[in-house]
Amino acid sequence: MAAQIFSAIFVIIIGVGGCVAYFWGANKLLDLIFPSRGVSGTAAVNNLRRQGLVRPWLFVGPALIILTIYLIYPVIATLWLSFFDRGGTNFVGAANYEWALRDPDLRNAILNNILWLAVVPAACTFLGLIIAVLTDKIWWGTIAKSLIFLPLAISFVGASVIWKFIYEYRGEGQIQIGLLNAIIQYFGGQPQVWISLPFWNNFFLMVILIWIQTGFAMVILSSALRGIPEETLEAAVIDGANPFQIFWKIMVPQIWGTIAVVWTTITILVLKVFDIVLTMTNGQWNSQVLANLMFDWMFRGGGDFGRGATIAIIIMIAVIPIMIWNIRQANKETGGH
Amino acid sequence: MAVATGNSFASRFGVHIAVLVFVVIWTIPTLGILVSSLRDKDQIIASGWWNSFASSSQTEAGRLPPASAQTQKDGKYVIEGNIFGDGAKRAISAFGVKAAAPTQYPAGTSVDLGDGVSLQLNADGSFVLASPKAFEGDRGQRVYYASSAPPKFTTDNYKTVMFSEGIGRSFMNSLTVTIPATVIPILIAAFAAYALAWMRFPGRALLIAVIIGLLVVPLQMSLIPLLRLYNGVGTFFGVPSKTYLGIWLAHTGFGLPFAIYLLRSYIAGLPREIMESARIDGASDFEIFVKIVLPLSFPVLASFAIFQFLWVWNDLLVAMVFLGTAPDQIVLTAKLNALLGSRGGNWEILTTSAFITIIVPLIVFFSLQRYFVRGLLAGSVKGG
Repeated sequence: MAAQIFSAIFVIIIGVGGCVAYFWGANKLLDLIFPSRGVSGTAAVNNLRRQGLVRPWLFVGPALIILTIYLIYPVIATLWLSFFDRGGTNFVGAANYEWALRDPDLRNAILNNILWLAVVPAACTFLGLIIAVLTDKIWWGTIAKSLIFLPLAISFVGASVIWKFIYEYRGEGQIQIGLLNAIIQYFGGQPQVWISLPFWNNFFLMVILIWIQTGFAMVILSSALRGIPEETLEAAVIDGANPFQIFWKIMVPQIWGTIAVVWTTITILVLKVFDIVLTMTNGQWNSQVLANLMFDWMFRGGGDFGRGATIAIIIMIAVIPIMIWNIRQANKETGGH
Repeated sequence: MAVATGNSFASRFGVHIAVLVFVVIWTIPTLGILVSSLRDKDQIIASGWWNSFASSSQTEAGRLPPASAQTQKDGKYVIEGNIFGDGAKRAISAFGVKAAAPTQYPAGTSVDLGDGVSLQLNADGSFVLASPKAFEGDRGQRVYYASSAPPKFTTDNYKTVMFSEGIGRSFMNSLTVTIPATVIPILIAAFAAYALAWMRFPGRALLIAVIIGLLVVPLQMSLIPLLRLYNGVGTFFGVPSKTYLGIWLAHTGFGLPFAIYLLRSYIAGLPREIMESARIDGASDFEIFVKIVLPLSFPVLASFAIFQFLWVWNDLLVAMVFLGTAPDQIVLTAKLNALLGSRGGNWEILTTSAFITIIVPLIVFFSLQRYFVRGLLAGSVKGG
């Protein structure tokens, strides 16, 4: 273990030192090859121009190389692999996609993902917005926000243990140590094994993600609400608008852009949801989702890379519209400068 | 937002109540595992954690001492003593002599067991069994009783999971993964961000678009090709394919788009005058970056560091693909996932382990919340 700590520290020093050495050294080298000081006027101008051509690439170079290896190449390779068999060696055409259309597990995962997409982003945004509006009105709002924000720091696995404890089931009539069943039993209901109830168990898993992500929506929306000009709200109050009208007709339209951002961010997160399903049910009792199914195929019986890659492509296809929208938004912003 | 919408006392009161309800719902789950992790493991299964400050009651069975313990008193044969032996601090509320009716009689009553035999069991555990005839046999009278034990809190669970369940080791593994994976991307991203914000070169706009596109590319797209690549490199050089170096680089790669995006939008917003006056003074891009941009960017670098730290610490997927599951490599999240399988019913182990995995993020989060929120806002509001 000591060796491990030592190697970690060593790597930090090497890593950071290496980066510093690279950037400093490459920059120095460029100055040596194309000197701009101590040479004649035209030579200096020419060398400065050459430096200007090379230096940006020295700066973005390491990032570009890492991005290429870890993201750009894999995206292309995954697409490529989705046309190959389980070992990734024999071309099988669209066989994996045909399988994807017919496979009942995959269909179940897609339907569950759609269910997640329909519920989680909406619930997080709605709850986040309500809490943001309410906490802005009270003196202890900051503390309240901190506490609701807190689950965002908790890992999905940790959150799963937390909620598994809440859903814990004991036989009827026994002392329930899971909070949910204890409440149900207190009011005379039947305790249930919540995470194995087909269809409904999806919602019990979604609760975990909603619990985590509402704080995110709340913080972003709260800051957007503060950006609404005070005069607008005052004018509405003078005109006799009631709180609900102010909320729906003034606040919500004003922060529409931010709501869209929160919604899409959580949508992407939902498409990738993996840890919660793996730890709570591992896809049993019809609770499978795409990301978990893909992980399953990656390692099941030595792994089927072709089918795994196909599932990854399905997730990617769902993300592409958001990706295009993001790039357009960003272009609009930089275009305005 | 200072405008009050609805000033009546009732609506003010309603807002407080509503927020309180939200706070309670959001806090109680975490509180549950914190409290449970500090409880005695027998009490965790005997009562819900919300009862942990009250005495927990349970029904038990015991046997009184055999005939050899009897004494003669006032012409009767008597067996006396305390059912708890050592006089543990527990209280009996009711007792019985039949398994079917373990709490038939309230504590302190004297019960006729037939043949003139009487039994009295008091709340403190003391008992008197009396009979006109001598007791026989070496098996004492069976009694059942409902007793309540005072709440008992302990740190034993933490000792157990840290040292015998391997959580302590996994904690070190998580630190080993997280710290380099947080530090390495910062400088790489900062240089790239500066170039993309302040230097002019062909392809810059395309590069920015690519990075914004990569922001949302699901991690799943990278896993299979990288796994193949790592296995290939491992076989080619005859080294293990699951190494700390591998996961450091993987996390660096996955964190870079967000890092560059976040830092670029901040660095692009720095005042142009500072850069230009430095350039007029003859400073090169490198000098401007090191002497002006880096120090001014401290807040956003801190934001990114916190994000990356939390993301790497909380990650399960990347760790499961690129690291082994042996004790020398398994990180906290993966260990917790494994414990959920092997220790499914042992809530004292699960709650304690879970609390250990979330304590570091919570500390980071509470001490640096300002930077975290700033990063969150910059990362999602500006460009989305």
